[in-house]
Amino acid sequence: MNEINNSILTLILLAPLAGAVLVLLMPERGRLPNWIALATSLATFGLTLHLPAHFSLAADAPRFQFEINRMSIELSSNSVESHGIFYHVGVDGLSLWLVVLVGLLAPVGVVASWNAIHSRRKVFFALFLVQQTAMFGVFLSLDLILYYGFWELSLVPMAILIAMYGRKDGPRAALKFFLFTFIPSAPLLVAILWLYARTGSFDFATLQQWIVSGTLPAGALWWVALAFLFAFAVKVPVFPLHGWVAETFNEAPVALAMVVAGKLGLYSMLRFHIGLFPAQARAVAPVLVGLAVVGILYGACLALVQRDFWRLMAFAALSHLSLITLGIYGLTLTGWEGAVYQILSHGVVDGALFLLLGALYDSYSTSQIGAYGGLAAKLPRTATFFVFGSLAMIGLPMLSGFIGEFLILLGTFTGVSKGWAIAATLGVILGAAYMLWLVQRLFFGPESALAASKPPKDLRAGQMAVLWPLAALMLAMGVAPMLWLTTIETGVHPPQTELKSSEKQAAGAKAPDRFAAFSAQLKSCPDTKPDFSAGCDASANSMHGEVAR
Amino acid sequence: MNPDILRILPEVILTLTGVTIMLLDASLPLGWPRWPLGGVGAIGTTLALWASLWQLSLPEGTGFYATIETSAFTVFFHVLICGIVLVALLLSLDTLPEESHHQGEFYALIVFGAVGMCLLTGAVELLLVFIALEISSIATYVLAGYRKETARGPEAAIKYFLLGSFATAFLLYGIALIFGATGTTGIYEIARLAPGAENHSLVLAGMGLMLVGILFKVSAAPFHVWTPDVYEGAPSPVVALMSTAPKAAAFALLLRVVYEMLPSLRPVWEPLLWVVAVLSMTVGNLAALRQQNVKRMLGYSSIAHAGYLLAAFAGLGPSGIAAASFYTAAYAAMNVGIFAVITVAGGYDEKLPLIDDFRGLVHRSPLLGCLLIFFLASLVGIPFTGGFFGKLVSFSAAIGGGANWLVLIGLLNSGLAAAYYLRLALVAAQPSDDQRSAAAAPQVGVAVGAALLLAVAVTLTLGIVPGNVLRAAEAAAHTLQAPPAEGGVPAIALEPR
Repeated sequence: MNEINNSILTLILLAPLAGAVLVLLMPERGRLPNWIALATSLATFGLTLHLPAHFSLAADAPRFQFEINRMSIELSSNSVESHGIFYHVGVDGLSLWLVVLVGLLAPVGVVASWNAIHSRRKVFFALFLVQQTAMFGVFLSLDLILYYGFWELSLVPMAILIAMYGRKDGPRAALKFFLFTFIPSAPLLVAILWLYARTGSFDFATLQQWIVSGTLPAGALWWVALAFLFAFAVKVPVFPLHGWVAETFNEAPVALAMVVAGKLGLYSMLRFHIGLFPAQARAVAPVLVGLAVVGILYGACLALVQRDFWRLMAFAALSHLSLITLGIYGLTLTGWEGAVYQILSHGVVDGALFLLLGALYDSYSTSQIGAYGGLAAKLPRTATFFVFGSLAMIGLPMLSGFIGEFLILLGTFTGVSKGWAIAATLGVILGAAYMLWLVQRLFFGPESALAASKPPKDLRAGQMAVLWPLAALMLAMGVAPMLWLTTIETGVHPPQTELKSSEKQAAGAKAPDRFAAFSAQLKSCPDTKPDFSAGCDASANSMHGEVAR
Repeated sequence: MNPDILRILPEVILTLTGVTIMLLDASLPLGWPRWPLGGVGAIGTTLALWASLWQLSLPEGTGFYATIETSAFTVFFHVLICGIVLVALLLSLDTLPEESHHQGEFYALIVFGAVGMCLLTGAVELLLVFIALEISSIATYVLAGYRKETARGPEAAIKYFLLGSFATAFLLYGIALIFGATGTTGIYEIARLAPGAENHSLVLAGMGLMLVGILFKVSAAPFHVWTPDVYEGAPSPVVALMSTAPKAAAFALLLRVVYEMLPSLRPVWEPLLWVVAVLSMTVGNLAALRQQNVKRMLGYSSIAHAGYLLAAFAGLGPSGIAAASFYTAAYAAMNVGIFAVITVAGGYDEKLPLIDDFRGLVHRSPLLGCLLIFFLASLVGIPFTGGFFGKLVSFSAAIGGGANWLVLIGLLNSGLAAAYYLRLALVAAQPSDDQRSAAAAPQVGVAVGAALLLAVAVTLTLGIVPGNVLRAAEAAAHTLQAPPAEGGVPAIALEPR
């Protein structure tokens, strides 16, 4: 068992790659590539499930588990020590469930592409699997160059597939997507190289100590932190940097649209921006909170007026991802837990909704909402699942979207400011409006000419086999969040303590502000789990009242 | 055996190969196929490659009255150049038309060019440097105009020849001035004498003129104007060769001149190269953005890559040399690879000159299409390819030398460059509705397949497990730095105290 634990992450990284090679080697006969891709993605999903099953929650457990750390490329060496790039991967509470989510969405993506991809299946599924490896790599890497490698690699299959299978003008959208993410990565690489030149290390934990120790020049560190943030903010995207989203969603094959936005950037913010540069992150947090709230409202308003459902989903994603950004840069423990939870929920719900919209697009070949109508009677299964997914997305209690939204808004309300929380809540209400209106226009009302023109083709068995578990998961995540939150909170604790320690250094004699007070309060509560126990929250609130005064 | 001969063993093998090819070409009956001559060339080049590797077992030092050196540095570049020449020969084997009457000359010229390039990397005497440069240049001038039947071929050859001889004249004047200042043409001797002469106007002017000549050969801006025209006119396999091998040799010479011959003039040449690096990247990338012709675009891209490589010269001492050497290898692998793909896809008569002609290549020929995208990804600098790791070490060395702004400009430039590389890649990935071109799916022969395989393998190796090559580059860097051990006594010790 120990041997498996020591190599499981390598297996997870290599399995999709091996599948991709197999797809390329086998002849392109019928749906053979589809089956290989499905088998590979299911096997990989099985491997990722090993992680939560054997993740230790004990108090003395190391922060990163299943860790592999060995020198891969030696860049320079002297008699004392050698520096270089390490193959350093590991999982903590923050990345654990995200890895599982990537594993889960892979078979969903394969099923969603089952009929949508008619030509060059080999190329499609091989690149799809390479994309999986790249995404796993981003979540697992603890060496900055390794991380950067996977981060950039994740762009390539995506760009090629958008160009190959774009609906209208694929190459244009692909180029836009690629450049929007690639150019901001340039300052990121400069920042990483600068850190290496100063510290001789690309290792996450080592750099963390270096930065907290305060020996690096503060002015330059500012720019470095900003370079990190900029690259991540474009990828998420944060409000004024979202230019690529709508077109990419419009053109990307369904299987890739599910994974294109959000997760990678949001995770990177938590791990590599706040995790590495707590003091600098604190300084820019108010700006980001403001931008996030603007993004929530802006995305929701634009989603309301879209006539094309891919574009609607793109702006809905902008709105939801901005909410998660709000949770992250509120810098509260509750907000962070909510953010990670919401990433998971958003991934599951979006996966289901994209699968359904993709099925609609396949049978009616239009994404104009106005052309649809009255489908509920003809496609009862599609309609039911879509309504269920929409309810989960808008945050109906007992479904997955609620928990994350509630935690984020709670964290914002108690830890940041009531005004921002109220404004963000407005966005949630708008979210309900555009989603329910979309449901109404697609599935209810009088039957449209388009719906009448084609024989009804409801979900196939394969799609049902994917949607049932996703729906069950939405329900489970809504009623038993502790299954996930207990692990997540072990991951979001560490940045908290570092914030405090760096704060001590930075602030010195300054009175502890609301953040320190809040975390101290959380620590003093016997049970730090955000289990909504009235006592803890109430005392936290009162604490904030005091601090505010 | 005379140990001096062993120090030029690869060059000797290559010369013999070239002569053999010429004699065979003259003695074979007219109707016989000439492609086996290319096979002879490939075998000879492979032997030369092994001979270079074997030279590692020789004691480090110089031969022929201290004119030629064997060291880890020379072996590194010998292996690189022989590898490129081998790929170019394999590429030509399948693509040169059967009816061509000058195949023998073609193969012989490639091999003779390789002699000059190899000699250039080993020369530690400025006159030998000049002769070696001429040997390699004259071969490439002729090769550039190999397609006499087209208008572009002779145009390319004449442009290249006129500008090239002009640049060589600059180099020669520079050598003369430095000889005037120091009274010697031995690189080590000059290195020993130069520290007292930082402000000597002859040394400064000589260095400036030499740099002009060398920077012309690596096609760095503002000495780059010949590049796109020559690339457009020359046959693709020749461009695969001349965009990499002579440049590798010229970069070796540049490293030798600035790091070994005139290290004490660093305050002068470092800002110069800084400016040239920024200019090359920016000019190359901006011009490439607007190109419609694939070979012209890659011509401008090679100018930009010369800029990225020059960024490594901001690195201090061995780290800069190692980074520049590594980048040369990475650039050579991917650039040879992409020209190989273009050669196969377009054929000898270049049926696909424009970017839009590549539309749907992935659908027509998945293998070639994917290889095209792979090499373009490497040129963009996508991780796990040689291009990324080359940029990483180059820029990392520059940051180590404190050139933060240079690196930021360089990386933003590589972001800009992604736009035109991707334009080609995405056009190739786009489905094409043109049935006519679908019929003409290019075939990949055995020799070309081997060439492509070699290029892919090296590009991937340099991107994923570059450790060995990196160590070789570092070893090379250290031999370039160390004082020459001649007669057991370091030359520096001869200086009277």
